[in-house]
Amino acid sequence: MTWIRDNWTSVFPLAYSHALLAGIPLLVGLCVSIPCGWLARRRRGAYPVIVSMSGLLYTIPSLALFILMPLILGTRILDPVNVVAAMTVYTVALLVRTVADGLGAVPDPVQQAATAMGYRPLRRFVAVELPLAIPVITAGLRVAAVSNVSIVSVASLIGVSQLGDLLVDGFNRNIPGELWLGIASCLLLALIFDLLITAAGRALTPWTRAAA
Amino acid sequence: MIRFDRVTKRFPDGTTAVDELDLTAPTGKITVLVGPSGCGKTTSLRVVNRMIEPTSGSIWLEGTDVTNLVAAELRRGIGYVIQHAGLFPHRTVIENIGTVPALLGWDKRRIRDRSMELLERVGLDHTVAQRYPAQLSGGQQQRVGVARALAADPPVMLMDEPFSAVDPVVREQLQEEFLRLQADLGKTIIFVTHDIDEAIKLGDQVAVLRVGGRLAQVASPAYLLTHPADDFVADFVGRDRGYRALSFQAAPRLPLHAERTLVIGESPEGTEEWALVVSDDHKPLGWVETARLDGRGVTESDLQRGGTVARNNGSLRAALDAALSAPSRRGVIVDDSGELVGTVRAHEVLAAIEDTERPELETATA
Repeated sequence: MTWIRDNWTSVFPLAYSHALLAGIPLLVGLCVSIPCGWLARRRRGAYPVIVSMSGLLYTIPSLALFILMPLILGTRILDPVNVVAAMTVYTVALLVRTVADGLGAVPDPVQQAATAMGYRPLRRFVAVELPLAIPVITAGLRVAAVSNVSIVSVASLIGVSQLGDLLVDGFNRNIPGELWLGIASCLLLALIFDLLITAAGRALTPWTRAAA
Repeated sequence: MIRFDRVTKRFPDGTTAVDELDLTAPTGKITVLVGPSGCGKTTSLRVVNRMIEPTSGSIWLEGTDVTNLVAAELRRGIGYVIQHAGLFPHRTVIENIGTVPALLGWDKRRIRDRSMELLERVGLDHTVAQRYPAQLSGGQQQRVGVARALAADPPVMLMDEPFSAVDPVVREQLQEEFLRLQADLGKTIIFVTHDIDEAIKLGDQVAVLRVGGRLAQVASPAYLLTHPADDFVADFVGRDRGYRALSFQAAPRLPLHAERTLVIGESPEGTEEWALVVSDDHKPLGWVETARLDGRGVTESDLQRGGTVARNNGSLRAALDAALSAPSRRGVIVDDSGELVGTVRAHEVLAAIEDTERPELETATA
């Protein structure tokens, strides 16, 4: 515990980069997943293909993906962009199904009505379908956030520093205090992400709380 | 005017939903499409705003083939109401109503004013304006649905079973209000229902469709009831069609009898078994069985209110029903202000029915 007392301030820069490495992919991944989910709903045969292909991405081991990224992107091996790109892949893997299912849950009469009112497809998507899919998308985003916070720590193995450094260092040097601090910080960060997403979801969907 | 010109819709699985439909929905009138499920009535409705494209044939809207118009723009000019209202759950009542004006690019203030005006028009209170659809009853949602369809004042309305998901009492209310609204607005309406009673009540013209999307008969409700074209139509319009047809026949001058009346507190004179009790302003309240009073004055609790009341300029059906439903067998007839005019007996109404002619083809189409 003396280690924590002497070193606890080192957590802040690590937590900051951890938050960026997990958070930015969450936003980019959401932006990629929305059109993918839309595409999956557009055509009858598209859903199983797009959803299962994107889902498969999640099975690629994170370490392998971190190492592969420089080869795909042409970046330097230590570039944090590798991690951001790899985490985006995982986010997309989790979110495409969620977005597609959220859009699929929009009641048919509502879609019919929107079309009959004279909405063109794109505007209907933005103004009617996407807002109604927000509760489902929010739920998926929470899972992806927690998953990202957890997976990012592996990036310490390829030298991109964040809270995972505490785990690796604590393990290598056998400092239990450092290990505990790393775990607790990850948990806290995941909790903050979760609260932020929940709050944003609530702010965007006042209609779900309007009781009959 | 909306004209279906040999419209056929065959789905990829080979079923024919609409088969060579020729039909004209006249301007300012309600045309009801009615038939059993699978008769293609909803499909017929949806080819008008191009939610469904016909396999062959064409739809003419005021002389323009609808396929020559941009679908989204065509739809903004056609009001559309569906069974479960289909309101946008994430938008307030007022935002829902303003949907089409917003798509048409009206300025915010004008949309708001128009939406509030329509809210009132469909009988809703201003306090519901900021609520979400989930906070409304089924009947209220349906009213909002109608208001939303009317928002941009389209000349044409398509209504797909708009009142069938609400309970019978509310349905009746909505139907009455819809007819009142239509009397004011005079829209060209195509209305789909599976309920023949609703068709008869609302339609200026009723088109009966049979399974496979073939038109069985188009006629005015009265003509349809009295002259069904074939067994299918006869069967579909139902068993008591003879009685229901009387709804459309104005009662001729019926031989009315003066009725000796009582007000509350009076005791009956004479030997009649039943006496009619009226209010101070001569409006009928109910019947009282004179023997039960035993000479004392009549009170509210003595009244039997089972009998219906018919207007002296109403239909033969109402007059006959008044006679049949009165415990005294004397049907109570009132004037427009509700004051008692006299009573009539069932056999006299029947005699009047025998003297009136059944509607002929000239009056069949509106």
